[in-house]
Amino acid sequence: MTSTVESAGESPAAVPRFPMTRAAGCPFDPPPTAVAQQKQAPLTRVRLWDDSTPWLVTRYAEQRALLADPRVSADINRPGYPLQVALPPGGGSASFVLMDDPEHARLRRMVTAPFAIKRVAALRPAIQGIVDELIDDMLAGPKPVDLVEAFALPVPSLVICELLGVPYADHDFFQDNSKIVIKRDAGPEQRMGAQRALLGYLDDLMGRKLADPADDLLSGLAERVRSGEMTRNEAAQMGVLLLIAGHETTANMIALGTLALLEHPAQLELLRDSDDPKLVASAVEELLRYLNIVHNGRRRVALEDIEIAGERVRAGEGLIIANDIGNRDPDAFPDPDRLDIERDARHHVAFGFGVHQCLGQPLARLELQVVYSTLYRRIPALRLAGDIERVPFKHDGNVYGVYELPVTW
Amino acid sequence: MKITLDQDKCVASGQCVVAAADVFDQRDEDGIAVLLTAEPPADQATDTRHAASVCPALAIHIQE
Repeated sequence: MTSTVESAGESPAAVPRFPMTRAAGCPFDPPPTAVAQQKQAPLTRVRLWDDSTPWLVTRYAEQRALLADPRVSADINRPGYPLQVALPPGGGSASFVLMDDPEHARLRRMVTAPFAIKRVAALRPAIQGIVDELIDDMLAGPKPVDLVEAFALPVPSLVICELLGVPYADHDFFQDNSKIVIKRDAGPEQRMGAQRALLGYLDDLMGRKLADPADDLLSGLAERVRSGEMTRNEAAQMGVLLLIAGHETTANMIALGTLALLEHPAQLELLRDSDDPKLVASAVEELLRYLNIVHNGRRRVALEDIEIAGERVRAGEGLIIANDIGNRDPDAFPDPDRLDIERDARHHVAFGFGVHQCLGQPLARLELQVVYSTLYRRIPALRLAGDIERVPFKHDGNVYGVYELPVTW
Repeated sequence: MKITLDQDKCVASGQCVVAAADVFDQRDEDGIAVLLTAEPPADQATDTRHAASVCPALAIHIQE
């Protein structure tokens, strides 16, 4: 795909396809075509599966400006929205992530309290316990072991289940279904089926929380359903979203982050041998920046004409805000392709920007801090079992990562 | 340095609290940011500026 686009450079009609393909042997770097687009201009055009040609916003400053611009909509049902797949009949998801204010703000504020910094910080001992126990099991079990299955996926799954009040015994069911929901090449029928299954499960669970509330996030939502602040369907949709968002993203950051550190042994050593929680926090931010596992861009559509970076984005035109490339913008991060856990990367856009910025980021950050400060210290000889060339990367996923990571020690 | 915080814009990301815990806090009921001091001392200036720069909702304004 890449070479076709590059060789067609002279033709004005040549608009590169999106999403783009990563270069072989560079699993952590953005696709070369995307990097070329960034060098070319802050806003360029790309061609999607449906032959539409939205803007690709390539540079950090313009990405932040547009993501925070109220003239830009996140509503998936608006004409011109750059869709990843065809919308099902009857419109897209009812998730607040794909709505604009004031509806978005109304629903988002129903679930912001449990993600406040102090509330999340109070979970640290529980998360540390989960991490330690999983490492105990790994050390006691056979090796090599798949780090994804033994550690990267269970950590956030156990944490989100505890936070939401979802029985962990059901995790096979929701992990299998959420895998299908976020798989790029899943067919619409298959995807809708998985979505329906998850919604049915959460609706059933909401019924149980309504009858018998506990001290968890879903019971908090049930209380709002009872008081008439939100509908039961809105609450169930919110549950599906948090369940999926809560485990898939962090799991990929744990596994891919570990692989990135194993491939940068000096950085791994620095992290492992330090007692400074600030270095751990800074390593988490740098890995979030460097890997930016959401690689399909934040999707938006312009509500009005917007003048930006010498271009006029017209009302109704789609915008793909490619945060993975933005996080490699040399104007925002000097020497951006170097993994440097000591740099100040806190202004990265791995969680997006604007009013839709990831709700769960305080939880994700804490989980990653606990993981990165514990795993390599407790298993100092941790290494990849086999060749990196054999590691199956999620080139087809909406969240980038690895399907498996065989490790030994 | 004088700070204003627009609570209507705030999306409760808490990034201001992480950056400058002596200047910002969050409401218990919904995580919306609260300004602890509108005129922070000079040694808080860098952290406060950082808080404003990472606020995803652009809800923090600083008058130097």
